[in-house]
Amino acid sequence: MATTVLDHAETHAHAKTGLWSWITTVDHKRIGILYGATAFLFFLIGGLEALLLRIQLGSPNNTFLSPETYNQLFTMHGTTMIFLAVMPISAMYFNFMIPLQIGARDVAFPRLNAFSYWVFLAGGLFINISFLFHAAPNAGWFGYANLTTKPYSPGPNVDFWVIGLQTLGIASLAAAVNFFVTIINLRGPGMKLMRMPMFVWMSFITQILLLLAFPVITVALIMLMFDRVFHTMFFTVAGGGDPQLWQHLFWVFGHPEVYILILPAFGIVSEILPVFSRKPLFGYAAMVFSGAFIAFLGFGVWAHHMFATGMGPIADSFFAISTMLIAVPTGVKIFNWIGTIWGGSIQLKTPMYFALAFIAMFIMGGLSGVMHASPPADLQQTDTYFVVAHFHYVLFGGSIFALTAGAYYWFPKMFGKMLSEKLGKVHFWLMLIGFNLTFMPMHFVGLNGMPRRVYTYPAGLGFELLNRLETIGAFILAISMLVFVYNLWRSLRNPVPAPADPWNGATLEWSIPSPPQEFNFAEIPTVHSRDPLWETKRARGGPLPEPALASGKDIHMPNPSFWPLVTAIGVITTLTGFLVGFPYVNLVGAAILLTGIFSWAFEPAG
Amino acid sequence: MRLRKIISGPAFRAWFPLVLLLVLAGCSSRDYPQSTLDPKTDFTHMIDHIFMTTVKWAVVVFVLVEGALVFAIFKFRGKPTDPEPVQTHGNTMVEIVWTIIPAVILALIAVPTIRGIFETSEVPTDAIRVEVIGHQWWWEFRYPDQKVVTANELHVPSGKKIALFMTTADVLHSFWMPQLAAKRDVFPRRATTLWFTAPEPGNFTGQCAEFCGIQHGRMGFRVFVDPPEEFDAWVADQQVGSPLVNAGVVGPDSSRPADSAAAQARAAHDSLMAAGNALFLSGGCIGCHAMVGTPMAGQMGVMGPNLSHVGSRTTIVANLLQNTPENVARWLRDPQAVKVGALMKLPRKLTEDEIKTLVAYLEAHK
Repeated sequence: MATTVLDHAETHAHAKTGLWSWITTVDHKRIGILYGATAFLFFLIGGLEALLLRIQLGSPNNTFLSPETYNQLFTMHGTTMIFLAVMPISAMYFNFMIPLQIGARDVAFPRLNAFSYWVFLAGGLFINISFLFHAAPNAGWFGYANLTTKPYSPGPNVDFWVIGLQTLGIASLAAAVNFFVTIINLRGPGMKLMRMPMFVWMSFITQILLLLAFPVITVALIMLMFDRVFHTMFFTVAGGGDPQLWQHLFWVFGHPEVYILILPAFGIVSEILPVFSRKPLFGYAAMVFSGAFIAFLGFGVWAHHMFATGMGPIADSFFAISTMLIAVPTGVKIFNWIGTIWGGSIQLKTPMYFALAFIAMFIMGGLSGVMHASPPADLQQTDTYFVVAHFHYVLFGGSIFALTAGAYYWFPKMFGKMLSEKLGKVHFWLMLIGFNLTFMPMHFVGLNGMPRRVYTYPAGLGFELLNRLETIGAFILAISMLVFVYNLWRSLRNPVPAPADPWNGATLEWSIPSPPQEFNFAEIPTVHSRDPLWETKRARGGPLPEPALASGKDIHMPNPSFWPLVTAIGVITTLTGFLVGFPYVNLVGAAILLTGIFSWAFEPAG
Repeated sequence: MRLRKIISGPAFRAWFPLVLLLVLAGCSSRDYPQSTLDPKTDFTHMIDHIFMTTVKWAVVVFVLVEGALVFAIFKFRGKPTDPEPVQTHGNTMVEIVWTIIPAVILALIAVPTIRGIFETSEVPTDAIRVEVIGHQWWWEFRYPDQKVVTANELHVPSGKKIALFMTTADVLHSFWMPQLAAKRDVFPRRATTLWFTAPEPGNFTGQCAEFCGIQHGRMGFRVFVDPPEEFDAWVADQQVGSPLVNAGVVGPDSSRPADSAAAQARAAHDSLMAAGNALFLSGGCIGCHAMVGTPMAGQMGVMGPNLSHVGSRTTIVANLLQNTPENVARWLRDPQAVKVGALMKLPRKLTEDEIKTLVAYLEAHK
């Protein structure tokens, strides 16, 4: 019996190519690529949704989209970009880069890592399948009760949203536990906390935010599901509930979520700026503590999303001050980034273009943020296009620019191939111009009285010209994405091989071959400083020779397993039961889930 | 050469649309009739003042920080063959300074902010009270002291304090009058407040700002700031048949026409009223609308707007259409074609003759 299990496991350990090897993989790098590929597809879908929205708003009283379709698309655009694009693209970098940067062979729980990915994929597919029934979620990514309760949203749209989000939450929580433990426990010798690369630090703080914020949305979604399925009254005033409770729960999750989206971006930029300035990160300790401080304060500012709800002057004052306070550590970060390039020897490669534009755009997002940190001003600005402009400067000008910088920076390491610098710069300029043309006018159209989430607007309010410009900008953005896709496709088809260290990197991932071998490090490196590779190169007096491929025969790696996938199928099937309303489905799902968990538990990990 | 470099730099690209749009935004306020940048009351002037304080500081910070960034990019651009730059790791003094300066600026913004928070939330007690009730997808206005109930068009006197007490009949909405009193969300069974004094008469628009379902985009309203005597005349008109006055029951009209031409007109009017009234009942309108001269005249809290003075309004369907006979007919012919998802569902299709009668009947209710 025992031998068969071992034989079975061994057979698959050698199957390194083909679909089956990807389905059963527990390699953090492959899981990272799966996350990235899936998230990039969802990102393109979310972008397409935005393009349709922009066509509809390109002229007043337009009938390109019906109101119902518009509402589904804007809900799915937000939900997709946050949960299916930016978060999992960050997860790609967590997966691929954290073990490499701390000198580890894998994450702490490789099979849990695979499980996180499969649950994420299941949740993403589940929520998008709703389009096939013209029943996509249509109550906004924030799903405000009581609109989302059964009397006002009787269709399955909100159920798709609740169950999809719940599923994605499971994936995020499992991944967060994994990376938290990985960073605490698997750092290589000498990799003290205060020597960790800034990307690892910001990722670490992000995991803490995930662990503390996601349980809140989990509870809120369970309450909403109970209201919808079992007729509880958490959010119904007539039954003693309160719709404002949803807002508090949602934003206690939702505001830390903003930092979950931006902190990994901070980390990526803090890696790129020093490398392309050939100078260490300015104020390392201040960067660490400001990141931690932002995360801490992030839990004390949620009600600034609710200044128009009439919470009373004391609560408004508290949340106004805490929100303004958060600008201080954020400012420290921006100044430190400028301090990093100041006096450096700036090499303007594509990753650096995106990283520098990130700083420029994020400053603007931060400044408009301070404007509605003031509750009286927010009484005008909230729920208008001014806020849409603000958070796109933070999440697109911030997160997406930084994630793109990361893509150009780490693509050679991940795939062993260089991206075209020329196409990268075309991509950059189109994206920067398209981005500003799309979102800059939104500030003004919002201040001039255009609310958010409206499927159309009348002529004569002065919104026509600015909206037309925004739509043109959105098309330029779309073209920039096509250039990026072409660049990726071209590099994967006609590869220019990447050396191990194409950028003169400072961190451990550049010391090993591109792409890394399954076991990452033939020998786990010992770290003596914050920029270990620079230190080695300096001691040697020049660049290092290309590292040789190791046989890795004696390195023991975890066995592949398909039980994480089975368990993920169990999770989504169980939850689907609440959508279709047949308890049998829940039971079948629970059976699959239990089978998956038990088989996983009793399978030798390797 | 240097200029060309600057023009092609990332920050200039970011700047250029900003400058361009600032010029655009500076166009006359008539081009933006719903603009928050064109405050018309004490309340919105106060907000504007706080906002502009923040904007001034933001511009200073923007110029300095983006300037430093762009300067550094051009100044410190290097070649791969250049010698390694000086390896600085930080500077405690500089870091302390750039932590304190933003904190001081924020404190300067926080002071007027906190004052503004308390001022905006203090509702004057000697104001004219109006109850605002959000409905999917229209607005109801009740004047408890003037005893008026109306919809989608708010009338207030100029130069008098107005206090709004706002709730919803169904889902959350947000009542937004950009030039008069900004916005507040509305909740079931808990009133939120706004207040304002508009010194000059005028005609303003506003709309719902909290996503509230399929027709959130078409939930507008109008605000008429009338000279006080016009407002009083409007109130006197609206009180006739108001659910808050004698339960909507109007006493018999004792006036007698002076001559035969007037008597003929009166007779035609009476027969139109009788025919329209019968259709209002048989066509099912009565199921959702209060209307003077019907058994539902005194009803409050029904689904649709009170129609007792619908002819006196300038717009219908939550500020979507001008109140013309053609538009009312269009709405009665097929409400779902005008505003899909609207909760007005006709119990049966009306014939063109019936529509004509109903339109005349409704428009006669000034």
